[in-house]
This record gives sequence, C-alpha cells and structure tokens, in this order.
Amino acid sequence: MRIISKEVIALCAGTRIVKISLVAPELSRKVQAGQFAVIMVDEKGERVPLTIVESDSAAGNVTLIFQEAGLTTKFLGSLNTGDNLYAVLGPLGHPTQIKNYGKAILVGGGVGIAEILPVARALKKAGNHITSILGAKNKCLLILEDELKDASDLIYVATDDGSYGRKGLTTDILSELLNKDKYDLVYSVGPIPMMRKAAEAAGEYNTDSLVSLNALMVDATGMCGCCRVSVFGKVRFSCVDGPDFDGRGVDWEELGKRNKMYNEQEKHICKLSPLFK
Amino acid sequence: MKRPVKAKELDAGSRAGNFEEVVSGYSEEEALTEASRCLQCKEPLCISGCPVGIDIKKFIYHITRKDYRQAYFTIREKNNFPSICGRVCPAEYQCRKACVLTKKGSPFASEQAINIHFLERFAGDYGKNNNLDIPAQQEARFSNLRVAVVGSGPAGLCCAGELARWGVKVDVFESLHKTGGVLRYGIPPFRLSRDILDFEINYLKRLGVNFTTNFLVGKTRTIKELFDEGYSGIFLGLGAGVPSFLGLKGENLCNIYSANEFLTRVNLMSAYKFPEFHTPVNIGKNVLVIGGGNTAMDAARVALRLQKIHGFKLNTTVIYRRTEIEMPARRMEIEHARQEGVNFEFLAQPKEFAEDKQGFVSKLVCLKSELGEPDSSGRRRPIPIEGSDFELACDLCVIAAGLKANQSLISTTPELKTDKYSDLIVDPETMESSIKGVYAGGDIVGGEGTVIEAMGMAKKAACAMIDNS
Repeated sequence: MRIISKEVIALCAGTRIVKISLVAPELSRKVQAGQFAVIMVDEKGERVPLTIVESDSAAGNVTLIFQEAGLTTKFLGSLNTGDNLYAVLGPLGHPTQIKNYGKAILVGGGVGIAEILPVARALKKAGNHITSILGAKNKCLLILEDELKDASDLIYVATDDGSYGRKGLTTDILSELLNKDKYDLVYSVGPIPMMRKAAEAAGEYNTDSLVSLNALMVDATGMCGCCRVSVFGKVRFSCVDGPDFDGRGVDWEELGKRNKMYNEQEKHICKLSPLFK
Repeated sequence: MKRPVKAKELDAGSRAGNFEEVVSGYSEEEALTEASRCLQCKEPLCISGCPVGIDIKKFIYHITRKDYRQAYFTIREKNNFPSICGRVCPAEYQCRKACVLTKKGSPFASEQAINIHFLERFAGDYGKNNNLDIPAQQEARFSNLRVAVVGSGPAGLCCAGELARWGVKVDVFESLHKTGGVLRYGIPPFRLSRDILDFEINYLKRLGVNFTTNFLVGKTRTIKELFDEGYSGIFLGLGAGVPSFLGLKGENLCNIYSANEFLTRVNLMSAYKFPEFHTPVNIGKNVLVIGGGNTAMDAARVALRLQKIHGFKLNTTVIYRRTEIEMPARRMEIEHARQEGVNFEFLAQPKEFAEDKQGFVSKLVCLKSELGEPDSSGRRRPIPIEGSDFELACDLCVIAAGLKANQSLISTTPELKTDKYSDLIVDPETMESSIKGVYAGGDIVGGEGTVIEAMGMAKKAACAMIDNS
C-alpha cells in the first residue's frame, strides 16, 4: 500500500500530527464513516487500528491522520511519499449509524477531531443540524478547523491554554449547549476522560450518546478479545461490536486501565529506537 | 514384543528457553523398528479411527519394505499434509486409540499402540525432502472454473490444494497478513516448525493457487460480489476464531488474556522477540492458564518459555476443573508441559479475579471441585464444593476455555444459516451451505475439531464442487 502524499498538519514543541494518503482501492470503495483500518508499517510492526478520515473511491485512495505518540505512530510518521506499508486491512468495525437524528453535537479532542470529520460530513448529508466542538492543547495542535467549519452549522473551539478559542474543556462548552437547548445526539471521539465527560453530560440531559472507542487491538476481526470493553455490564469487542458504543454504558475506568497495559514496554522500545533520538 | 520407539526430543531443561521444535522425527532405523511392530491386522481397526480413513496398514507395510515413496503416496491419497498431521494430530484419541494394541476401554491410546503419527510424520517428511509432489491431474474441462477459498487455515489449504490439482483456478483470501490460519497464529513453532507450514503453502503456490492476504471477505468484498466477479464456487474455511470467556468477576483486568490473543501475539506477531518485533506481550511471575485442552497446553508452554527467556523463575500452572484423565489435550502435550516445568492444579473451579491498584490481576479465587456423574461429553462432571474457596497468586492469566465460530462473515451474510452454536449448517454429504455454490468446512462447521477433521471436510467439499461443475 503505497503512500501518495504526506503532510504534517500540526507541529508543536516536537509533537506532530501527520496526514497520509494511501493507495487502497478496495478499502476506498467500501469504507463508511466511523470505520477503521488496521495497518502494519513493516513486517516486524504492530497491528494498529486507525480511523479512515477521508476516502476517494474514484482515485482509489484513503486518508489517515494520526498523532505521533508511541513507536508505531512515530515509525509511520517517518515514512514518506512513495513508501509502502506492509499491511492494510479494512474497512473494519461497524460504520457509525447515520440517520437524521435532528440536532447533533460532535465533540472532537486532539487527534479525535480527525475522526469526527467523516461522521460530521455524513450526518450533515443525512439532514442533521451539526454543532462541532473542537478541543486541543493549544492553537498549533488544532487540526481540521476549516474542514469541520464546512461540515458544521456551528463550531466552537476550546484550548487548554486559551491560545485559541475558549480556554477550557470541550465538555464545558458541551454542558452549556445541552443546558440551553435540546439536542438529539452527542458523538464524541478523543481522550478517554473527554469521552467519559461527554457521555455523562449527554446522559444528564437525556440525549443519545455515541463514542468511538480506541481500545488496543491485535487482529481486529474479533479473534483475540484484546479490545474487550464492558458496556452496560456486557463484554463487547470494540473491533467487531464497535467501535461506536453508547457512551453512557461504557466502563471507562476499565478501558483506561487496559489501554495502559503495555506502557512499560512502550517506554522501553521508544528509548531504544533511533526514531526518538 | 518390542518396545515402542520413542521419538527423540530436545532436552526439557534447555528447550523451555526457545521456540524450537521439541520432537524430532524418526530416523530411518527408528521408523523401521517401529513399523515392524505393526501386526498388519487382517481387519485393521486403526483405519476406522482416522477421520479421513488413511490406509494406515498399507503405508506402514510400505515403510517396513523401505518403500517410503509408496508409504508417502498411500497417505497422500487421503491426507494432503502428512507432515503437519504427523505433528499435530491427537493420534492417541484417533488411530492409536483404535489400534488393537490399545487396552480395551482405555480413554486414550495405550503406550504399546503403534506410534502411527510418528510414522506418518516420517513418511511425510520423506516426501517433502524428496520433492514427491502428487502429480497434478489437471483437466482442461476444469480450467475455466474459478473458486474463492476464504481462510487459509487447514480447511482452506486442503480445499485449495485439492481443487488446484484438478486444474481449477483457486484464489485464497486471508484476513491476517500471513497465511496458515490457526497453524500459524495458534499452534506454536515448538509443535509445528514453520518450515513445514511454509513448505506446504509454497507447494500450493507452485500448483497455481493464488493467495491474497489482508482481505476480509464480508468486509473487503461480500459473497455476492465474489460471485459477481465470476467465481463459480466459494469455500468457507473461516475457523473457530472467537474466544470464549468465563464470565467471571474481574475477567477484563489487565494481564488476563484469551489464549487466542496470547498465542497470536507470540506466534503470529513474534512478541517473544520484542523489541526487535514491535508487538508486546506481558510476562508474569505467577502465570495461570485456565483450561485442559491443547490450546491450554500451548499457552502454558509459551508462558513458561517467556518466563525462561526473560530470566524469571519458572512458575506457570494449569488450572483444570476435572482431573488429568479427563483433560482433552493430547497426552504428549501434557507430558511435554510437565517435563518443561508446568504445574497442574486439578479439580479447581475458577470463581473470580482480584486486582491490584493499577488494575492488573493479582490473584484468582477458586473453588475445589469433585467429580460427579458423566455429562453429555461423556466425562465426569465437575461439581464445585461450596465454601471450599482458595486463592492462587496470579499476575498473568490465560483463559483457554474454548472457541466459538468466527462471526466476521456470518454476521454480514444473513443468508448463511447457522445452528444454535452459530456454526454453519451444511449438507453433510456435500458440505454445501444454505447458499448455493457456497461450501464450508473445518471448525466453522460443527465447532472446534482437529486439523485432520477440517481437512476431511474440505476434501469432501472440493469433490462436491468438482462433481457439481
């Protein structure tokens, strides 16, 4: 799977968010909003799930956006146009349920903003009124603001340091909106504490809540159970039962702990890797 | 009567530190000695014990005559992968159990029974080492047939090989990045050397079989789309890929793995070579493996190897709710696990897990159990004893409690009829599913079975596809 373009869309004090487009004709024809692909950078690499942000079935391309954090994303970010990925499998997971809910709020935090973009576009197309709330650490890590402006009727931005938009959390804005007006759906993707708060706020105002979970995966086709999460007390596999779930039922504590299961190894492998020198 | 010839094995102490194949094949002399023990019964019982009906008597006879070529071809009439089956078949529940030398009423083969699997492996490896390909009988009338085989595990490989030998154009679709299915992600290399697996897959490639990896039928392409593209038939060898959990409190704690995940990380993703390979796996000081089947033995022996490689004191224990005699695992695996240092805790019924502050498992609470009347499986039912709670220290647990049918394709193809276990319903004569032209075999039909049973079904399906063409 050849990379046909690569762009660093945010760069801030060493943190990079990268956008790559790949030749993936099968995938580009099939993918729907909310679905993901599993990629391997090389034969020795991990299998990691990444949401498909855009697809062009005529050209046979798909676009992925990721923040360089651990070894695999750093490794992926080190590739250039013309390089090949060892493996790409997809589309995986259920598409987000797209219908006319009425008024929808989409909350994206950090690189999660990239993941709400295809859903915002699809929901807009289905006739929904879209309010997007974007959150980032600071101004230079805010991504896709223009794209989401186009896909939304209203847009709000919050940054942790107040360098752009409002100082504070996306979920503060969310609570205010829910308090003022009636909405029919809250869809959120981002860090676990953010999704948790967004789901809780939605629950408080009796609004449907969807979250796209970022559990660790291996095969991502339902065979290993690595990505299992508890939703309303039932064990579900994020890869085949999700990745979208009703956020009001998710055991966030459990998910947060499970996602940190390999932190020690991650630190170790990053320390050894020349990519981090 | 002569003593059975044991196959040579790597030293138990050192082999636990690596993933090299534990059992070596027979030398020619050993094969001859073992083959000479065969009584060549007038009415051989062993053949009835083989799921695909290999003419065991005949192939062993050929070995005694040093006609290894004929021995190989005799097996190949019924079994496409003798080198694989000779290594992984649970012979003591099949041909060896049926052998006349097994004591009547024994739940598995007696030691005296002929080591049919070792002889099969010898013949299979002879064929492989001497490039004894079965001559293809490619017929022009089949050359315009195109078949899509979904899944590259034992069933898929067998079906592909059968069809390709007739001249059918076969495309195999595999969702993982490597072919082999459970033979690669599930069975560890110390039981099945990857050279053998690669050899068999390469043989199929030489026959003209085309393999596409990273392709999930049902998602990447639907069944209907495959037919639209011109495939005349489809074979589903989807496998039993969905791990069962026990439903215990604390089962989602960190460091509790399904056997599938644990084995996939190590076998497929080479996590034992972390950080050279990037997929991690955690290593426990006190590892518990829950289950009594071959997968549990594989997981325990993998866990033990990880402990040894990382300089931990060996401490891996298999927890089983019945006793050793009821364990469904191959006797050889139990013996190998024990030799390597795996402990066993029998008559223990897991109850719940406890956690530490970071959300990792810290112990397993069990109940002692006793055996009651036989259940539907014919084995005595374990009955937990109330109030008999006891705790086992545990910082990593692998649950090997069985597998269910892979649902990835079935869930997106409602026309495929399934039974109450979510296994595919097929016509037992032809292996055709509820969709015309779609056949199935292996664990997706009838639940968890053996490699050889999967191959038997695949072969049947391949014949039906040829007959119906």
